[in-house]
Amino acid sequence: MSIVNSLRTIGHRTVNAVWRIGFAARFFAMTLFYSGASFRRFRLTIKEMFFSGVMSLIIILVAGMFVGMVLGLQGYETLKRYGSESALGSLVALSLVRELGPVLAALLFASRAGSAMTAEIGLMKATEQIAAMELMAVNPIARVVAPRFWAGVFSMPLLAALFSAMGVLGGYVVGVVLIGVDEGSFWSQMQGAVDFRHDVMNGVIKSFVFGLAVTAISLFEGYDAPPTAEGVSGATTRTVVESSLAILILDFILTALMFGSN
Amino acid sequence: MERTTLDLWVGAFVVAGVGALVVLALKVGNLSTYNVSESYQLQAYFTNIGGLKPKASIKSAGVLIGRVTDIRLDPQHEYQAKVTMSLDKRYQFPKDTVPKILTAGLLGEQYIGFEPGEDEKMLVNGDEVRKTQSAVVLEDLIGRFLYSKASSNSD
Repeated sequence: MSIVNSLRTIGHRTVNAVWRIGFAARFFAMTLFYSGASFRRFRLTIKEMFFSGVMSLIIILVAGMFVGMVLGLQGYETLKRYGSESALGSLVALSLVRELGPVLAALLFASRAGSAMTAEIGLMKATEQIAAMELMAVNPIARVVAPRFWAGVFSMPLLAALFSAMGVLGGYVVGVVLIGVDEGSFWSQMQGAVDFRHDVMNGVIKSFVFGLAVTAISLFEGYDAPPTAEGVSGATTRTVVESSLAILILDFILTALMFGSN
Repeated sequence: MERTTLDLWVGAFVVAGVGALVVLALKVGNLSTYNVSESYQLQAYFTNIGGLKPKASIKSAGVLIGRVTDIRLDPQHEYQAKVTMSLDKRYQFPKDTVPKILTAGLLGEQYIGFEPGEDEKMLVNGDEVRKTQSAVVLEDLIGRFLYSKASSNSD
């Protein structure tokens, strides 16, 4: 009997998971389809950019600064052994622009703005605001979901660029100002190593893809949340977990595609 | 529609983000050092290129004058490596210039060094450089050393 029951549970979960994936795909397609309003009434998108982008600025700037400072310190300790402290600039800039900038900014964005988006939409659903909109013949996807989606997609590359720039500044403060690496070789080695198209633009593309993934996951989890207190809290947790995993997995795939073969 | 303080904040955010990108491009990256001056192409055949890669630098007397744009094996030309180089148009070289594949430092990356000749005619776009010097392969060097050591011992 118990075997039948466990088989039934496994089957139920599998069907449920596939069902959810299908719903998520339809939700994403609907968001893109009804995106027109978020460009025609750009004010909506600007308002959401304030909440997801501008309000994330402080955490992004401070985190970027400290990540750059740690890179400067650790990189110096290691490079000193080989007598190549002058390569500190290229180490800090390359690791920030290629990997740490997009990935860490996206992780911070997911836990700060993504979770807030999920909780907001989940609560709107729990308090029947979404249902009320539908009654008033207002499409909640066009009015609530799409502006948040585009705000996140636009904000993410800007946040990642700010993160990288602050990180380079942090590395400069620790490496050049505090430790005393030669300033000229710090910048010239950096400029010699970092290629605009190959490194900077690929970092921008990465952060764009991460922004797409994080906002799509957050909005779907909020929209799909059971309309209860536990449902919303569970959805918020799932947003952070799923977005973080998606960012790291996508990062591996994108890195393999971009830098795998020269 | 009126302007609100919210617009100001979002505007400042966008300006700061784009500014960060510009800083990354100009100060951190090499966009400012991309020379806009025109370039010309040269080809050279090497029997062995060692670890030379596309985008490797080309130097003459230590000054950067161009980059390697393409490397491929040419079966029509004794299975030698055909290296295409893009050089700054400001620098012209005599026809008997010898490109050598050199190594920066003991373990550094490989680059092409131009040793100018004395011909009166200059290399122009699309020309092929006649004389080249291939990369030094460490195994060959050791092999030759051991061989000469052995032959001198047998005397």
